[in-house]
Amino acid sequence: MNSQTQVPRVAGQADVQRADNTTSSGAEPSPSPVRAYLLSCGSSSLADRAFSALMLVCALSIFAIVLLILVELISGSKLTIQKFGMSFFFGSAWDPVNGNFGALPFIYGTVVSSILALIIAVPLAVGVAIFLTEMCPDWLRGFLAFFTELLAAIPSVVYGLWAIFVLIPLMRQYLNPFLIKTLGWSGIFAGPNYGIGMLAAGVILSIMILPIISSLTREVMSAVPHAQREAVLALGATRWEMIRMGVLRNARIGIVGAIILGLGRALGETMAVTMVIGNRPEIARSLLAPGYSMASVIANEFSEASDELYLSALIEIGLALFIVTISVNALARVLVWAVTRGAPVRGT
Amino acid sequence: MPPPLRARASNRFLRVVVNHLATAAAIGSTILVMAPLIAIFAYLLFKGASSLNFAFFTQVPKPVGEVGGGMANSILGSGILLAIASLMGVPIGIAGGIYIAEFGRNKRLANMIRFTADVLNGVPSIVMGIAIYTLIVVPQKHFSALAGGVALGIMMIPTITRTTEEMLLMVPLNVREAALGLGVPNWRSVLSITLRTASPGVITGCMLAFARVAGETAPLLFTALGSQFWSINVNQPIAALPLQIYVYALSPYDEWHRLAWAGALVLIVLIVVSVALVRYVAGRGILKGAS
Repeated sequence: MNSQTQVPRVAGQADVQRADNTTSSGAEPSPSPVRAYLLSCGSSSLADRAFSALMLVCALSIFAIVLLILVELISGSKLTIQKFGMSFFFGSAWDPVNGNFGALPFIYGTVVSSILALIIAVPLAVGVAIFLTEMCPDWLRGFLAFFTELLAAIPSVVYGLWAIFVLIPLMRQYLNPFLIKTLGWSGIFAGPNYGIGMLAAGVILSIMILPIISSLTREVMSAVPHAQREAVLALGATRWEMIRMGVLRNARIGIVGAIILGLGRALGETMAVTMVIGNRPEIARSLLAPGYSMASVIANEFSEASDELYLSALIEIGLALFIVTISVNALARVLVWAVTRGAPVRGT
Repeated sequence: MPPPLRARASNRFLRVVVNHLATAAAIGSTILVMAPLIAIFAYLLFKGASSLNFAFFTQVPKPVGEVGGGMANSILGSGILLAIASLMGVPIGIAGGIYIAEFGRNKRLANMIRFTADVLNGVPSIVMGIAIYTLIVVPQKHFSALAGGVALGIMMIPTITRTTEEMLLMVPLNVREAALGLGVPNWRSVLSITLRTASPGVITGCMLAFARVAGETAPLLFTALGSQFWSINVNQPIAALPLQIYVYALSPYDEWHRLAWAGALVLIVLIVVSVALVRYVAGRGILKGAS
């Protein structure tokens, strides 16, 4: 433990404490005894203590925010939690006029559009990461990496704007007729060709989560030691075999983490999805049919929600979204840390 | 029966073919990914630039059917919202980072805070909007710029905390010890030695958080609400650039679509320029210690 972390105290006590700590922690650079002494005496000890307390309060505000969101959401959705219980998540009726609420169509829409996005984005993202870490010439790598970073800065609403005016006309004209013709028999790509719908939401989501998945995958792949690659190559492997056995196999947990992190983004994405998914609370078999997602029903109907029950239903959807994304993100972080830091979670 | 371990000629050939196929797939996917991304930028520049004019920066939105009008009030409104957000998010975020890096090293509490910050980063922004709605808008009984600013400010905190921490950890221990050895109190050493040494990185982190919330629409939908008029009152609904783009993009009027493209271009340029500018200035040392 670092001596700076200690609150200054009487010199004798500090010495005993420090002796214990220096022996127990080997990884940190050993704190100098002089520094501990200097910290423990002098007129500044009160100011130091106040300062560290103030910093602690600010750091604790992060816990406070999470708690605050949770408390606000739970108290805001009391009405529907009491009235519908778990059946709220399994009912498919969404009838604000008669006060009957079921969130299933929204859950379905969120899950299906996110899974579609992952199906499209994951192979491409891993391909890009492989190209950038293992094959790309240096001059191109810098440019491509910068470009992908830049994409993370594009606001969701701009993606939505682009999707409405560029992507959807293209899909309506070329992609959807093709899908209906070749795969229409399956029922998954059938029905009227609006352009907007579940598939459009999946495609725009995949474009949005690609940068984060590929940059994290790249990070994880670069963390694999070079000796691994050289060892596999020395056994006569081709480059692809080297990547598959030496890199991907070692980095797989981290890549799964990156994918789950992308899933977390996709689940909570609001504006772009709202603009292209079609906003119809129905569970349709066809991916070309309009749907609705949890985040977009909140975005669309929250300010129109007239009575308390309606509002409470929307807040409960928000609560469900919060809990799901928190769990998904926590899982992803643990997985990414497991690879990049060498140990599952850095303990005490 | 297990296959023989000897490599056969056909096996060798197959492996080479697979290798080439995999290489082609990686290159192909890179091209496939870059294509829509370049298309987004190209469309933004092309459509946006052709729709920009002087009125865009000086006029408020015109009623439906009238040609012209601009988003001047939205640009101002975004500025006010971001100022409130930064006033709230930057000090708290930096202080949190200081705690983790300087006082909490290897403590379980600091690890938990770090982890919570990472997780909080992934919370959908619309959820933040709901929480602020029930916390501020409901008791006040009206939408306000203040509520919007607070929602954005809260979203800045985890990002800034994490980058500040990472930057402070890069400052060598010797620098701190040298300061303490000269008799500088610890708080002073943290603020004017450690933080100052790390300030270019810390400022960059703040700008990244700023850029991220500058484009946020979802948390503003039912906090700041949007407005068609000039407003600088923080207790009233206020316009914001992303909100206005959203409304105009979904409208059925060509004139408004044009303004939406122009707004999107302005938003992107503001974000990219502010990040690039601060990075440049911070790198040259003019702003050092300003955080």
